[in-house]
Amino acid sequence: MTSHTQLAHLQRLEAESIHIMREVAATCENPVMLYSIGKDSGVMMHLALKAFYPSKLPFPILHVDTTWKFREMIEFREKFAAEHQLDLITHINQEGVDMGMGPFSHGSAVHTDVMKTQGLKQALDKYGFDAAFGGARRDEEKSRAKERIFSFRSAQHRWDPKSQRPELWNIYNNRIQKGESMRVFPLSNWTELDIWQYIHQENIPIVPLYLAKKRPVVERDGMLVMVDDDRMPMKPGEVPKMKMVRFRTLGCYPLTGAVESTATTVIEIIQEMLLTKTSERQGRAIDKDSNASMEQKKQEGYF
Amino acid sequence: MTTKSYEVQQSEQITHDIEGYLHDQEHKSFLRFITCGSVDDGKSTLIGRLLYDSKLIFEDQMASLENDSKKVGTQGGDIDFALLVDGLAAEREQGITIDVAYRFFTTDKRKFIVADTPGHEQYTRNMATGASSAEAAVILIDARKGILTQTRRHSFIVNLLGIRHVVVAINKMDLMDYSQDVFQDIAAQYREFAENLDFSTIAFVPMSALKGENIMAPSDKMPWHDGPAFMTVLETIDVARKKAEKPFRMPVQWVNRPNLDFRGFSGTISSGIVKAGDDIIVLPGGKTSKVKSIVTYDGNLDQASADQAVTLTLEDEIDVSRGDVVAEINQRPETTDQFQAHIIWMGEQPMLPGRPYLIKTTNKTVAGEISALKHKVNVNSLEHEAGKTLELNEVGLCNISLDEAIAFEAYRDNTAMGAFIIIDKISNATVGAGMIDFGLRRATNVHWQAVDVDKTARAEQKRQKPVVLWFTGLSASGKSTIANLVEKKLHALGKHTYLLDGDNVRHGLNRDLGFVDADRVENIRRVGEVSKLMIDAGLIVLTAFISPFRAERRMVRDMMEAHEFIEVFVDTPIEICEQRDPKGLYKKARSGEIKNFTGYDSPYEQPERADLHLHTGTITAEQAADAVIAKIQEKYLSS
Repeated sequence: MTSHTQLAHLQRLEAESIHIMREVAATCENPVMLYSIGKDSGVMMHLALKAFYPSKLPFPILHVDTTWKFREMIEFREKFAAEHQLDLITHINQEGVDMGMGPFSHGSAVHTDVMKTQGLKQALDKYGFDAAFGGARRDEEKSRAKERIFSFRSAQHRWDPKSQRPELWNIYNNRIQKGESMRVFPLSNWTELDIWQYIHQENIPIVPLYLAKKRPVVERDGMLVMVDDDRMPMKPGEVPKMKMVRFRTLGCYPLTGAVESTATTVIEIIQEMLLTKTSERQGRAIDKDSNASMEQKKQEGYF
Repeated sequence: MTTKSYEVQQSEQITHDIEGYLHDQEHKSFLRFITCGSVDDGKSTLIGRLLYDSKLIFEDQMASLENDSKKVGTQGGDIDFALLVDGLAAEREQGITIDVAYRFFTTDKRKFIVADTPGHEQYTRNMATGASSAEAAVILIDARKGILTQTRRHSFIVNLLGIRHVVVAINKMDLMDYSQDVFQDIAAQYREFAENLDFSTIAFVPMSALKGENIMAPSDKMPWHDGPAFMTVLETIDVARKKAEKPFRMPVQWVNRPNLDFRGFSGTISSGIVKAGDDIIVLPGGKTSKVKSIVTYDGNLDQASADQAVTLTLEDEIDVSRGDVVAEINQRPETTDQFQAHIIWMGEQPMLPGRPYLIKTTNKTVAGEISALKHKVNVNSLEHEAGKTLELNEVGLCNISLDEAIAFEAYRDNTAMGAFIIIDKISNATVGAGMIDFGLRRATNVHWQAVDVDKTARAEQKRQKPVVLWFTGLSASGKSTIANLVEKKLHALGKHTYLLDGDNVRHGLNRDLGFVDADRVENIRRVGEVSKLMIDAGLIVLTAFISPFRAERRMVRDMMEAHEFIEVFVDTPIEICEQRDPKGLYKKARSGEIKNFTGYDSPYEQPERADLHLHTGTITAEQAADAVIAKIQEKYLSS
């Protein structure tokens, strides 16, 4: 057969993701798409626009705001939502805010649990979503590699890795009882390279923090932390230095390490990534807490 | 040495010609494969080795791997590659892989997705899961142990799921002194066994995943082996995808209706090519039209082919909905509501013929049942065996009957059009996977005989509305006693009734049935059908059956119209039933004289929302009967 009837690599991934999204839209009553403002979320949103074209997205977008995101992320979110006329829901865990929650005062683990995991569960309960899309990929982390594309959650939002439903072909079983829900991962089979290559090919907008620029950073526990606002307490003798840095993942600014880099375009990021020797999640404080920490967090309801 | 120079070349290309590099990546060939083997065959070690040797291990992961290898490794402080892939904490502790994991790696020839699937016998369903999306299978054999029962089982399942290319990796050759004889014996045995299977290629590779021998490059420890190294085999398996050459089919997933002027049908093309202007038919309905446009976000296409996710608009305004299949008009798929299929059972509860399940194909969910289990397949010997049910991990050849027709093709010819899963109606668990062999013609030859005097006419003559009063509860709970009283009262009111009693029916109609779960289901199905005929005759039917399973009570409810079924739960505590024990059955169950007795060694599933709940511990049988009459008085008894 001629080559144009064989899909190229990204075309095949794109089609698979679109199939997953349409399945949810056709069969779930009240789905939502989690939007983290990161590059994977950006790709997922772009795929969703494709999946339902010429219709608009048949579901709202949810951002769980921990109040400690980089300022540029929030700016980007607002602009993006306005441009595509998205039905954007922003949820903040008010109880956490009232407690004065933050990574400096309470530590990364407590902060993440309260503002992110609990915040997410609050939002899912509040709006009664029965399916939530997430941008996680199987190549990110060991326990992610074993998660289904349609991943069942109990009424308490718990993931039980030992009783996952078998998932065969592209036939997804998303039947649930009232109160239970599904987490759906349309990017399961994408790798980090695929994501960047697709951003490059489709010209998908990304938060400028992914690109290298001189930014004020301090070095803490081997991690370069950007001083994004004046909530960050300086230790004695600590002075922010301007360094050419970029971020490989985006989250709460105090918990997301920068890497020194000169890559100022997507293509340079790809080059740097291909020639680099450390993995993507390494910049995240959250994974280091304990050996199997991601699996534990996922069981408790973290995305 | 060749890998090194490739690496250097690659780095140079990334630095100087990144666009060219990305173009190559985008157009590399691609293979999805699964690895299967028994516990301790070294699957995780092999995959860890593939990731390591294809340079997918970053420095920080390597540091954590070295650290872990010292702490929990099984290689005496040497690097334990299995730790790279054994993701879940529970697995690390037990030292086994318990679920399907998907891994990604790339060589200069190909991109790969590998499904790492467990070797434990009880996890066969996970292996079928991994195999369902794979095009090739790596079957690991421990050179010390040779072919095991599980090797046969895994090969059979891989074959059943349609995989045609197998790589038999004979591992741990280091522990057998890299002996050619050992390798050849195992290869010969496997070849003999595989004669009964439908593989198009089988490659045999001797190796040591732990030591890295014959993985990336031919091993000098095994100069006698003249075939290529393991990775070369994976890179050169020819999985020519012929999907685009087959007739066009697109299962409609979602109706795309942004406004009144646009009506599109979104779906993923499962085979063939579609062009604007093509004549199509929509099945199972049979309406025809022409393709007007192929719409995508990136602009309309002149044509689209297998695996693309598109939106079609049609020339005519015909009714198309999710679950339909758009197909080429001259080579249309069959439609049927009955077919024969192979089923792999994945539920904790056994498959029971006659029990209603949900059947989900690629885009449609319909109610249906396994109407007959023709035979089981012993996955170890491949022999056919008789059976009434399928247990977890068993495979059987079955007839399936659906409530609605579907368009389909044999799984062999078109995976997407011939695969389905089976979902339990109550737990919502995925309890089975099926592959259609062929449609059964029976459905088209049995027609309903239309009659002039109908249900309403018969009921009006009797001045009542027909209904089934379905009494359920434990043995000796008082079902028959209450039902009998109710019937007497109705009779006195001049109503036309019939009482179907569990014990009585088992003397005649259901004489051939015992008390195992499969027979209990069939018992209730027949009673349901008889009740339905009596409803049609205009009667008020009373049934007194333990009917312990929710699924069957719901099945009977679903046979009738909504208002024709009233579930009466005779709720008597088991202690009281045991004291009464009019037939001495509880005594016999206690002593083990009878088996499968409800409440003892067979479960009773209480109704969750009975239409009438009789707490017989606190009221008399007379009061209970009055409560039943009160319940139906207004709606069913007044003319």
